[in-house]
Formats: sequence, structure tokens, C-alpha cells
Amino acid sequence: MTLRDRWRKIVNFVMLSLTGVCAVVAVSMLFLILGYLVYNGWKSLDWNFFTKLPLAPGETGGGMANAIVGSVDIVALATLFGLPVGFMAGVYLAEFGGKTFSGLVRYTADLLNGVPSIVIGIFAWTVVVRPMHGFSALAGAFALGLILIPITARSTEQFMVSVPQTLREGALALGASKWKSIATVVVPAAYRGIATGMILGVARIAGETAPLLFTSLNNQFWSNGLTQETASLPYMIFIRAISPYDDWRRSAWAAGMVLLVGVLLANIAARLILSRGIEVQK
Amino acid sequence: MGTAKVPSPSSAAGKPVTQPGKLKAVNLNFYYGNYKALHDISLEVPANRITALIGPSGCGKSTFLRTLNRISETIHNTRVEGQVLLDDENVLTVDVTALRRRVGMVFQKSNPFPKSIFDNVAYGLKVNGFRGSLKDAVERSLQRAALWDEVKDKLQKSAYALSGGQQQRLCIARALAVDPEVLLLDEPCSALDPIATAKIEDLLFTLKDQCTIVIVTHNMQQAARVADRTGFFLLGKLIEYNTTEIIFKTPTKQETEDYITGRFG
Repeated sequence: MTLRDRWRKIVNFVMLSLTGVCAVVAVSMLFLILGYLVYNGWKSLDWNFFTKLPLAPGETGGGMANAIVGSVDIVALATLFGLPVGFMAGVYLAEFGGKTFSGLVRYTADLLNGVPSIVIGIFAWTVVVRPMHGFSALAGAFALGLILIPITARSTEQFMVSVPQTLREGALALGASKWKSIATVVVPAAYRGIATGMILGVARIAGETAPLLFTSLNNQFWSNGLTQETASLPYMIFIRAISPYDDWRRSAWAAGMVLLVGVLLANIAARLILSRGIEVQK
Repeated sequence: MGTAKVPSPSSAAGKPVTQPGKLKAVNLNFYYGNYKALHDISLEVPANRITALIGPSGCGKSTFLRTLNRISETIHNTRVEGQVLLDDENVLTVDVTALRRRVGMVFQKSNPFPKSIFDNVAYGLKVNGFRGSLKDAVERSLQRAALWDEVKDKLQKSAYALSGGQQQRLCIARALAVDPEVLLLDEPCSALDPIATAKIEDLLFTLKDQCTIVIVTHNMQQAARVADRTGFFLLGKLIEYNTTEIIFKTPTKQETEDYITGRFG
């Protein structure tokens, strides 16, 4: 073997090893985080966590029932507001948009996707919290809904664009109007992808914390309505994790795990829907 | 002369065309952006006859077919000059959904919707507000498309469970369900084997009494077998249009003869 050949083999081996090591580092960090979260969270998770209100530091038997319900409320409201707007915008981008305007919308949606969520929070604070003179679940839902819109719009567009043009033509050739062909052929053909994108988007906003700091704030008790300050899991994690009390920090781990499991379940559900196969012919 | 490679045209093709014109193109030009795809096409399609359009790939025959039901409008940045007349009425002045109900289309690649066989056939009826028994209408359409016996026990199954030839006949049944006056077929057999092709050709003969048929085909033998009249397209121009017998036996243009005899290059 010449020197040159040997050198090539060495370089090849070194580079291969390097990429392998980096891959292991990347994955192990993720598993480390997951493992640490489950290990710490599991210990302090009990039935009270799901049924009781939070207690002061030192008192035992408290839970986060109000934060769980609050999170569900805020995310549900945000979904109610963000999903339809995002979906319709995605349909517009995929089916109706010309070049200039839809290019602009697409670019804006991508920008909006990249806006730090804390900035969205400040915006929601300015346009909802200040005029309403108070923090509220509504304001939180508004902020999270804003984040959901561009995610849903772009994923909906992507899955609708992948529906073959021949299906649209087939519907139009039978005398269907454009809207009818979209509603009865294109959307049904793409619904699995669209639904998956929606579930992933909702899972994403469920974990957002920064926008809630300015909008729904927190509540030690049950919230009296959508215009009141409302507890949420991400916010609970934030204040408890940085508190000086051991039992509070432990409950933050538990809250983190509950949130993670919720998001994970949504992810699995999304993948199950998608893996049932794409029915549309390519 | 140029008859060596193709069988004799069907006997019907030899008869003089006494039928009135159903569809007429008058000085039709078509542009994709700045590219002129059709040059001054004038052609009259007789009622209750089969008219075939032949020519090499990219010659404009499919583009022409797609202007007849205005499905060409779905592509951005296209433009039509001249007229297409359906029963002497300019198709541009007819409501486009009403036009497409009267002028049905079957595409090159079978394109059943991701729905059941039944819902595929019922689709056109539903979007057009059909009142009456969907079940009867679907059965009648499937029978007209010679598919009923093969699918009558699995109407609720996905259309994708059918073979390629069956899917294409399903698309024909779907188009027939709304009782079109004209049926446009864009290379309907290009993906099918000879047996499935023969079934569709037989079907065309039976449909001729009820509607006017325009078929685009790559396959010259197919044109010779099924068509009463044949038009030859080349580079966006209609080179020659006449009875199928004349086109295949005694074409008047050199280009037509070259293409028919396979000397085209």
C-alpha cells in the first residue's frame, strides 16, 4: 500500500468517526434531558397533582389542577382562533394566490414563524392586556393563536400543493366550481397531512412559555373566567423551577413531565395518522 | 403510399360526413406566456361522430383539446385568441361550470378521486345539484362505461383498488354520469394494455349515438380503428383534417404522409 493510499484511509476513518461521535452526542443529550425529566418528575407526581390546587411552600398535598385546566383552556381557545385562520390562509396560498401577493404572504408567514415568542407576547400585551386593563386567558390564547397561524398556513399549503393537479382538473372537468373542487377533492385528498401539521402546531404552542408571561400571567386559584388571570403549566414550571423551595422545584419537574407526555402523545397521534398511508396517487 | 403500417379504417369512417357541426374552432391561437402553442386552428367536429387528433408529442393536440372545455384556463399565464363554438355559441360566453357539464373530459392518466367507486361516479351529479336516485344514475353510468359487472359488488370500495384499465373506465363513467353532449378524451389508453385498450375502443363505438367524441391519441392504429374523422397536428398547426380514410390512405400533405408512414423525423 502506498503512502497516499494509507493517508486516504486514515482521513476516511477519522471523518467517519467524527460524524458518528457527533451523532451520538446529539442523541444522548436529548435522552439525558428526557431521562432527567422523567426521573425527577416521576418521584413527585401523585394523584393530588391532577386534582388539587397549588399550596404554599412547605405544605404537602398540593397540586396543579388549575394550571392543567388553564393550559387546556388557553390552548383550546388559541386553536379555535389560530387553526381556522391558518388553514384558510394555507388554502389561499396553495390554490388561489397569484404570484406577488401570495409570495408576500408566504414570506411574511415564514418571518412570523421565526419571530421570538417573547416578542409575540409583548405584542399581545400591547393590543389585548393594556386595552382590557388586565391579564387574561383570552390574551394568552391570542398570543398562542398568533404563533399557530403561520405554522398551520405553511403546513396546510405544503400538503395541498402535493395533491396532483390531475385531481383538480378531474373535478373541474365535471362542472365543479373551484371552491367546490377544493372542498370536496383536494382537501379530502390532503387531510391526513393537514391534520398532522395541525396537531404538531398545537403541540408546539402548548409548550410556549414566554408569551404567557405577558398575557395570562398566573393564578393560585381557579380562574373565574376567560378575562381573569389564569394559571398554566409552562408558567408554573417557570416560577417553581427558579424558586428557592425544594418541594416547589420538585413539582416543577412533575409539571414538566406532564407537559412533555401531553406533547409526546400528540406527536405520536400525528405520526399514527400519517403512517396509515397516503391514499393519493402520485 | 402510406398505408403499409396501419389497418384499414373502420367502415363507418368512409361515409361522408353529413352530420351538423357540434363543436367548431375558428382561427384559434393559444399562448403559454409568450410561447405560441397553437397557430390559427380552424376545425369542425361533427355531431355523433368520433374525431381523432393525431401528431407527435408537443404538437399542440392536447392543448387544443383542453381549450374546448376551457380546462386550459387552470394554467396560469395562458391566453386564447379566436373562438370555440359549441352549437354555434361561443364557449367563452357560457358559464364555465355549465360548459364543462356539457363537454366532459377523460384524462391521459386515470385520475379517480380518493373516494369510493360509487362516490366517484356520483361526484359530478352531486356538484351539479342532481335530484333523483343517485343509485340508479350511478348504475346506469357504470353500465354505459361497461364497468358495472366488474364493480357492482364493491361500490363502496376505494377506486384505487381497481386496475388501471378499470380506473380509466371509471373515469369515463364519471364523465358520462352528467350526460355530456361532447366527450373529450386525452390519450385515454396511453397507460393501458391492448386488452384494456380494446375495451375502451369498443365503448367509444357504443357511446357515439349519445354524444360527440373527440379523442387525442399517440397511437395511429387507434385513430384508424375508431375515428370517423382525423386531424393531423404538427408544431402547433393543423396540417390536415379529413375523413380518417383519406388521412390514412390518400393524404394530400407531404407532412401527413411522412408521419403516417413513420418517415417523420
